[in-house]
Amino acid sequence: MIDIRIPAPLRPYADGQKEIGVSGETIAEALEDLARRYPAMQPHLFDEGGALRPYVNLFLNGQEVGPFNGGTRLHSGDRLVIVPSIAGGAPAAGAPLAPG
Amino acid sequence: MTLVIPAEILAVVRLHAQDGYPLEAAGLILGRVDGEERHAVQLLPFPNSFDEGQRRRRYQISAADVLTGEEKAEALGLEVIGVFHSHPDHPAHASPTDREGALPWLSYLITSVRDGRARESFSWRLLEDRSAMVEEPVRVVDKSTTLEAR
Repeated sequence: MIDIRIPAPLRPYADGQKEIGVSGETIAEALEDLARRYPAMQPHLFDEGGALRPYVNLFLNGQEVGPFNGGTRLHSGDRLVIVPSIAGGAPAAGAPLAPG
Repeated sequence: MTLVIPAEILAVVRLHAQDGYPLEAAGLILGRVDGEERHAVQLLPFPNSFDEGQRRRRYQISAADVLTGEEKAEALGLEVIGVFHSHPDHPAHASPTDREGALPWLSYLITSVRDGRARESFSWRLLEDRSAMVEEPVRVVDKSTTLEAR
């Protein structure tokens, strides 16, 4: 069993839980199991093509996993922390000013 | 949801936006959720970690800084309830780039800075289907009327 810590913005899609136990032998499998258990979380973790969204960052047992490697092997008792990076910005110069 | 923010905290948001001008400036808003209201209690400004040459139009709070913010919020008995950032010489409207990088649930408080002076501030939230960001009400209050940090 792998423990995954859920960041505050995604907790509403996981019944408010901060920590969730999932199954999987790799990071990719653990995230897939998480999305299977909580389908409403899927569009916020993965894009339409199934790739992890760029703002999703992972820390495995306190060490940042990056660049993302879904094939990283996991062991029972490992702790995976999902941490969003937060990004955005104004329209480029000359772009329409209407809200996005 | 309504973002309830003490006037002095909003003033700090606006000063931070001015100090960062002409680059985008950003940080996290810590607070509490109380029914349909989110009460801002404390700000955590962070460096803009986006590529140096693009910081006039882009901002990023690194994952390590977000983790720091979440841990600090928990230690204070608060939550990360939102993000604040500036739009130098652009309106305080959520852009397509803001929507692309947005997370659900959080409030995104955007302050427009023109010619170095903070102007309007609006708050936005991402729709559940990620199709758009919609403006949410902001209520500016005296500190005495907000939920204090315990």
